[in-house]
Amino acid sequence: MNDAEEAVTRAHRKEWARVVAALTKRFGDLDLAEEAAAEAFATAVERWPVDGVPPNPGAWLTTTANRRAIDRIRRENKRDDKQKEAQSMHHDDPPEPLGAIDDDRLRLIFTCCHPALAVEARVALTLRMVGGLTVPEIARAFLVAESAVGQRITRAKAKIKAARIPYRVPSAEDLPSRVTGVLTVLYLVFNEGYLATGPDTDPVRQDLTTEAIRLTRLIRALLPDNGEVAGLLALMLLIEARRPARVSAGGELVALDEQDRGAWDTALIAEGHRLVRERLATGQPPGRYQVLAAINAVHTSARDIRDTDWSQVVALYDQLVRLDASPIVALNRAIAVAELDGPEVALAAVDRLDGALAGYHAYHVTRADLLRRLGRSQQSREAYDKAIELAGNSAEVAYLTRRRDQLG
Amino acid sequence: MRYLVSVIGDRENPGSADRRPAISEFNERLMAEGYWVFAGGLADTDTATVVDNRGEQAVFSDGPFTESKEYLAGVWVWEVPDLDVALKLASEASKVCDRKIEVRPFL
Repeated sequence: MNDAEEAVTRAHRKEWARVVAALTKRFGDLDLAEEAAAEAFATAVERWPVDGVPPNPGAWLTTTANRRAIDRIRRENKRDDKQKEAQSMHHDDPPEPLGAIDDDRLRLIFTCCHPALAVEARVALTLRMVGGLTVPEIARAFLVAESAVGQRITRAKAKIKAARIPYRVPSAEDLPSRVTGVLTVLYLVFNEGYLATGPDTDPVRQDLTTEAIRLTRLIRALLPDNGEVAGLLALMLLIEARRPARVSAGGELVALDEQDRGAWDTALIAEGHRLVRERLATGQPPGRYQVLAAINAVHTSARDIRDTDWSQVVALYDQLVRLDASPIVALNRAIAVAELDGPEVALAAVDRLDGALAGYHAYHVTRADLLRRLGRSQQSREAYDKAIELAGNSAEVAYLTRRRDQLG
Repeated sequence: MRYLVSVIGDRENPGSADRRPAISEFNERLMAEGYWVFAGGLADTDTATVVDNRGEQAVFSDGPFTESKEYLAGVWVWEVPDLDVALKLASEASKVCDRKIEVRPFL
């Protein structure tokens, strides 16, 4: 890659959301903002290698995108300006006085993650408008047809316009629940990257985990005092830190107890621990992501699996159960209980979840492992069979198959 | 921006019956805040008649255009700044009516 190409790539990563957000604010139209931004970057790809990289790439891109948008409006106004005006998107003018957090990119994120949109649409729209991923890239990431992704994004943009979903940062009263909605989208993107589904896809999609972390960093920069944002960022960093040890050379998933901890990314762990400590120091009651981050901080503090402070892990899961009494949390708590009180106690807790989790592969993975440790090979084998049938991740299937075939 | 706010009845899971005093109170607030355009409860779907005059002569048929367990029980029309305001009011309306609510923008 030459210097100019590299500059475009860097500018795309850094400036895409800013350009789209600024244009959306100015023209009140997500479609127009997206198309004009895409044209500006395409122009940069053509011009920068010839003219040289401009001294302020962000300003150059915004100006170019603005011109493209105005050209487009002129062309369309000739066709039908009345209709155009009637359909233009609504935003509060002047903006609400929110001080430091009144950033155009935040408006963009909250609009893309609006609760009136379907979750899949929020994910696709956020990756396109905020993350700058192309439709084919999003389609590949979620193993759906390009036409389906395109349609999701088009429908979402049409609903934003027609139903008048506002382009603004929610009021202080609504902010906590709306931030939770944004974090849910980012965590979904991250999880799909970390345990990718599908037989022909890489077991870990680094592009998705990286993108989720990048967007969470952006939200963190915009909402530095929000504990759950810090918690989610810490959680992602502490999971991402273990990625180098997570898949073996043979393409098999490596469980936490068998990972080469020397391969973990110490810089990411240090950053994650720093965030967890920072949140603890505030003395504020932690939310779900902060507790999950703390659990991962305990795991990443142990140099060897035997040094893990399991009583601390179980105590944190108890705290998490109080915030989120879902059967999945109960399942993860039981896995920690197995280390503290033995597999028999844990199995009793896991079996109680049968009704809720019978279709969830991790439930059968956990049962298989506990039954194996209790020497109940036949039942363990059946649980592995069920887990393999339900698992969507190729590396996990390889790992479970080996475990099953090692049963006596 | 105008929204049609539909109150959804459910035959299998009917809400509590006497919501009228609470709805009247809510209507008064909608009026005071300038959001109220129109409100009306509907008689049972059994009382509906469908008219089709696309052919040579008008055909009248007894009953609603679609039979389903969910049906339109009443409507509001609200004039509010944006969907966030509409959704917030609709959340209150759902409690007030003890029923599900659909919010749909007019063109």
